[in-house]
Amino acid sequence: MLFTIFAILTLAGAAAAMSLRNLVHSVLALIVAFGGLAVVYLLLGAQFVGFAQVLVYIGAVAILIVFAILLTRSADTASSSIGGSWVAGGVTALAVFGVLAWAISHSSASHGAAMPQPEASMQQIGDALMLRFALPLEMIGLLLTAALIGAVTIASREKRGPR
Amino acid sequence: MTPLMGCLLLSALLFAIGLAGALVRRNAILVLIGIELMLNAANLNFIAFWRYGPHPEALTGMMFVVFSIGVAAAEAAVGLALIISLYRHIKSVNIDEVNSMSG
Repeated sequence: MLFTIFAILTLAGAAAAMSLRNLVHSVLALIVAFGGLAVVYLLLGAQFVGFAQVLVYIGAVAILIVFAILLTRSADTASSSIGGSWVAGGVTALAVFGVLAWAISHSSASHGAAMPQPEASMQQIGDALMLRFALPLEMIGLLLTAALIGAVTIASREKRGPR
Repeated sequence: MTPLMGCLLLSALLFAIGLAGALVRRNAILVLIGIELMLNAANLNFIAFWRYGPHPEALTGMMFVVFSIGVAAAEAAVGLALIISLYRHIKSVNIDEVNSMSG
């Protein structure tokens, strides 16, 4: 029941984020969608991922998008309107959803018996990150450093004058 | 309807909404928001299969989502930097006007 409520909240937020004309309202709806998804993660027993979702998506990505909107002054211009090819885009998305829903309802994997709630304590997650997934953890650190340097380089290139 | 099927259907709907937004909207920032929604739908699938799969104690699905959130954060930072750089070039974030390769 709780899952249904938050699933509807997530979908409503996502649909509003994709259809509102004002970009700032769009980002506020996006925050609602991310928050609903974080609650769904909590309901599924993934506390760590739920709080990471709140911290990273609501705390960082949404704020970054707001900054980008304000820097490009595109909150209230006509460029945020819907393009002429919206029928093709909508039909493509509907077809993708139809194929996915057909595959889900006909798959044997989605008809399995209900499992007991698995436990994922912080200690288990820490052990997994430090032992089995140590190399991916280092690589994600390297990737984030490279992305940070790259983002600063791309965004500030024009200030040094003409190339 | 089993709980796993509910999660998968929610994920498929979220993916379809994100895809429609990324295809239909002409603002580059909204296209990026649509891509973020699609990434979130994939993450929800990983968590659902971790929760209802046969070996949840291995934590593989959860670890994949943690790394995926990291990659999505990097992608958002670089994408928004590109949009700001694009705005400096052509004074617009409408992707229909980005049609020349001469800079």
